[in-house]
Amino acid sequence: MQIFMYILLGFLVVCAIAVSVSRNLLNAIAIFMSYSLVMSVIWLLLESPDLAITEAAVGAGVTSVLFFITLKKIHAMIEMDDGGKKQEEEKEEGENEPEDQ
Amino acid sequence: MSRKISEESYRKTRSFRLHQWFTGEKDLFLDQVEMKPQEPFTESKKVKKKREKEKQKMLDQIYNLERNRKTGPFQTLYRVVSVLFCICMVSLFLVAVSYLPPLGDAGNPANNEVPQRYIENGLQETGAVNIVTGMILDYRAFDTLGESHVLFIATCAVLILLRLDGNKKKLQEEEASDSAHEPENDVILQTVAKIVVPPIMIFGIYVILGGHLGPGGGFSGGAIIGAGLILYLNAFGFEKTERFFTAKTYKWMCFGALGCYCLAKSYSFFTGANHIESIIPLGTPGAILSSGLILILNICVGIVVAGTMYTFYVMFRKGGF
Amino acid sequence: MDLSNLMHNYPEAVSMILFAIGFSNLLLQKNLIKKIIGLNIMDTAMYLFLALKGYIVGRSAPIVTDGVQSVEAYINPIPAGLVLTGIVVSVSVSALMLSLTIRLYRRFHTLNLDEISTMLKKEGL
Repeated sequence: MQIFMYILLGFLVVCAIAVSVSRNLLNAIAIFMSYSLVMSVIWLLLESPDLAITEAAVGAGVTSVLFFITLKKIHAMIEMDDGGKKQEEEKEEGENEPEDQ
Repeated sequence: MSRKISEESYRKTRSFRLHQWFTGEKDLFLDQVEMKPQEPFTESKKVKKKREKEKQKMLDQIYNLERNRKTGPFQTLYRVVSVLFCICMVSLFLVAVSYLPPLGDAGNPANNEVPQRYIENGLQETGAVNIVTGMILDYRAFDTLGESHVLFIATCAVLILLRLDGNKKKLQEEEASDSAHEPENDVILQTVAKIVVPPIMIFGIYVILGGHLGPGGGFSGGAIIGAGLILYLNAFGFEKTERFFTAKTYKWMCFGALGCYCLAKSYSFFTGANHIESIIPLGTPGAILSSGLILILNICVGIVVAGTMYTFYVMFRKGGF
Repeated sequence: MDLSNLMHNYPEAVSMILFAIGFSNLLLQKNLIKKIIGLNIMDTAMYLFLALKGYIVGRSAPIVTDGVQSVEAYINPIPAGLVLTGIVVSVSVSALMLSLTIRLYRRFHTLNLDEISTMLKKEGL
């Protein structure tokens, strides 16, 4: 039980650091989704099933969907499909790509 | 005795001039200071162009994106200071944590007489088997009412920010860019949605209705139903969902649920301070129709949360129903 | 500073570290989306801390089973109630911030906060 808790908490910290260092916004949001899911497992271990259900539905589900739809709205998903081509085109057009450098 | 001086001699005195200047009848220094009428500011077109060009050049230089991206010293300083600040903060926190009482101990100051009262008398007073639900929907029901209003207000704010109504062209553009990178009728998604959406909905309804019997309640069940609606929308498009869920539906749903909640709880303003007792009997603990008002309030909260989640998604996606 | 106590309270220490990671995200990242994710991480860290305050070793969740109604059987239900409402509010806050982000992107075509403020100054706003 204690070892399981150690592993989950370590996973949380690793996820939080990975979110901040990842260059790709889509990856960052997917990592944040897994962070929320692990958080809900931790709440199950802490004997709060209400919180676990709410976090799994809200944190991992709806929040991530909202993040994804925002990425789609700011055209950050298109770059992933076409690889580097789209980025070059955008640079030529003078638009700045949404990912930070 | 004072002596009355003549008008002419008075006019020569300083006090008269001061009075005159004070009331603004005549400028005191009009004759003494030489003043030229001001000429209108003129410059030739060439000079003007040059001046504007210089100003633009200066602005471009100061606010140059490429150059600002590379400016070293301030950025480095900012980064170093913020990292130092975070390290100081976390070390302070860790020192504080090291002085906290041991985790999981029954004698912690957080475990005082309040949770004791909730646990020992909660079942008799609220009728809810799940003590957390009994607490947030009965003892602390006004807290949850404010919570539901926060959700409603957040939806209103998102609606104000992202609404594109009245601008047909922009709306069409948005829709075109929205569906540009999606397959029209995705067979896999539609088949999976057909199978998965009904169980999701039923599970959400079960979680809401069983809020007082086990883990769950309005918040989690509402979020599950909202997620199911979002999946349905993604699979079948806006035409199918707009048959039963439009902005008007959301408005009336939220209004009805919040109004029902308000009415159910505000009677305590008239009957006195105790809002735990109600005319609805508590019933047998463990039965689905028990625990008085909690079931109704759970349904209200669930409706508000489900509508809010779905409306967030639709606003982000399309900018208006 | 009591190191053995810190080791015993390791989940609380982890929640504080998560809070600091989220805060440094908020300070150091230039991308608006990552800033919002940092704020969400701070949220969850605080919820974890609150839930840990109510946890008692060896007791079960606050759902009355078999008619047992003594304090010795269940954990503290108050932090769970507080966090339950907090989670849903955090969703609405992040939705509001994301909608503001979309508006900013429509106007400036970038998510970098420095560039947005530079453009604002250039336009003399």
